Amino acid sequence: MSVKQISVFIENQPGKLAEATRFIASHGINLRAMSIADTKDFGILRIICDEPEKSAEILREGGYITNVTDVLAVGIKDAPGSLATILEIIAKAGASVEYTYAFLGTRMAGAFMIFRVDDNAKAAAALDAAGIKTVEQSDMF
Amino acid sequence: MEQRYYQPEIECASPETIKALQDERLVKQVKHVYENVPYYRDMMDKKGVKPEDIKSTADLHKLPFITKDDLREAYPYGLLAKPLSECVRIQSTSGTTGRRVVAFYTQHDIDLWEDCCARAIVAAGGTNEDVCQVSYGYGLFTGGPGLNGGSHKVGCLTLPMSSGNTERQLQFMTDLNATILCCTPSYAAYLGESLREKGYGPDDIPLKAGIFGAEPWTEEMRHDIEKTLGIKAYDIYGLTEISGPGVSFECSEQTGMHINEDHFIAEIINPETGEVLPEGEIGELVFTSLTKEAFPLLRYRTRDLCVLNRKKCSCGRTFIKMSKPLGRSDDMLIIRGVNVFPSQIETVLLKEGYSPNYRIEVDRVNNTDTFDVYVELSQEMFSDTVKDITEREAKLAAAMRTMLGIGPKMHLVAPKTIARSEGKAVRVIDKRKLH
Repeated sequence: MSVKQISVFIENQPGKLAEATRFIASHGINLRAMSIADTKDFGILRIICDEPEKSAEILREGGYITNVTDVLAVGIKDAPGSLATILEIIAKAGASVEYTYAFLGTRMAGAFMIFRVDDNAKAAAALDAAGIKTVEQSDMF
Repeated sequence: MEQRYYQPEIECASPETIKALQDERLVKQVKHVYENVPYYRDMMDKKGVKPEDIKSTADLHKLPFITKDDLREAYPYGLLAKPLSECVRIQSTSGTTGRRVVAFYTQHDIDLWEDCCARAIVAAGGTNEDVCQVSYGYGLFTGGPGLNGGSHKVGCLTLPMSSGNTERQLQFMTDLNATILCCTPSYAAYLGESLREKGYGPDDIPLKAGIFGAEPWTEEMRHDIEKTLGIKAYDIYGLTEISGPGVSFECSEQTGMHINEDHFIAEIINPETGEVLPEGEIGELVFTSLTKEAFPLLRYRTRDLCVLNRKKCSCGRTFIKMSKPLGRSDDMLIIRGVNVFPSQIETVLLKEGYSPNYRIEVDRVNNTDTFDVYVELSQEMFSDTVKDITEREAKLAAAMRTMLGIGPKMHLVAPKTIARSEGKAVRVIDKRKLH
């Protein structure tokens, strides 16, 4: 129903993101999707990858402040209004979207979107009832 | 807890006995200083005080104060009261607040100073069965040499580690079963953190007590250190100008530090007017050394703001107790007209569950003071949303405002990005050019 996303705290200073992504790469963690939220002082790097718990542990051991959150991944049709439809369903279910970002599938063709909502179960059930499938972690790799 | 004393006959003497001893020693000391130190003679003559005017401690207020500026002006030999041939040691201030000051010691001075440190170690439960790891800096700084000497006197097996080289500190501590640790509180916190990272819990190390001083620390920091290291943490106070660590020390009651009154007289004064304040009032701590031969200071203004109290102590010692310094006029920041002490910031951080590692930055932009505090974020506090972190910063800024009367801009930063100290922590960066 949901997938696990890793969030990493990164200071907003030149080279810090490069350092973090190099660290991720050097431990053989392959990114499937990512986004960055930034403020003046810091950023939060959010990534979807294989073996999220293990990868998060590697990052923690490397001194990175890391957390794992459940988010919804949804396949999205390449047509006007697809995103609006999904957001309307989530809103009608009474769940609130904190942030969202898009990525392209490889094993599964098409575009996907990640939704971080305050109530995953409620949003996923509403999407399911509307015939929109949420993607499992295993479907993505 | 069973009470032990290093010199019970004096540590537990009646107040009358101590007063009589102080009277006798003060008269002798004033005469010694007047006869041997021209700098003091001039000061006293200017104030119209002769040694014969000082008949007891009740006359102490007649003497002029001496300040750090005098010590700098008299550098290096101007306050020396014994021929150099009788001096065996020099120690020097850490220079955190300006130009260095040097103090001289005869063998007798060293001996009495080490007695004071031995009293502190015994008050912390030390005996000749203990292994005492001294991780204060050795050298010109008084911390290492003072506790080292005290540890010898008690008969502890002494590990003269000095500060720094954390790996080696931890190795000796664990391999040689150190039971008492002496260092600055910030270094104790750092050693505790390093041990935890290596997987050592408080029960895995034989440490039982710590004697921490040379910089300001809070009760919250004490609890933190006690928990991490599984010890009882004792405060110790001293200053190079007066002798070094051991001017006063904490006992099992942990409610203030007993001043070694056979060697030092403490007064609390109004820092503005110089007027002596009654017991229980906050003011600047002033010391007169009664037994120092080579570098005896009369009425030295410490700049530390303290409270004295002579309430009966459960440990049995009769020496007056001083509070932890509540602030120092020279680390007090005035930001937008408000007095801010770094210790207040530390108190808020610990209360809100943050680490006591922080950095304060003050600057002046467009004639307005900026006030920024940086503190490390921990794993447990992090969430995936920006909102949560900015809310944390806002909550912390509000708590700071409540405590200080002025709100800093809070910045949560990645762990290990704020420099750890191995000696005195430099936590304040004041970029304003006010002087």
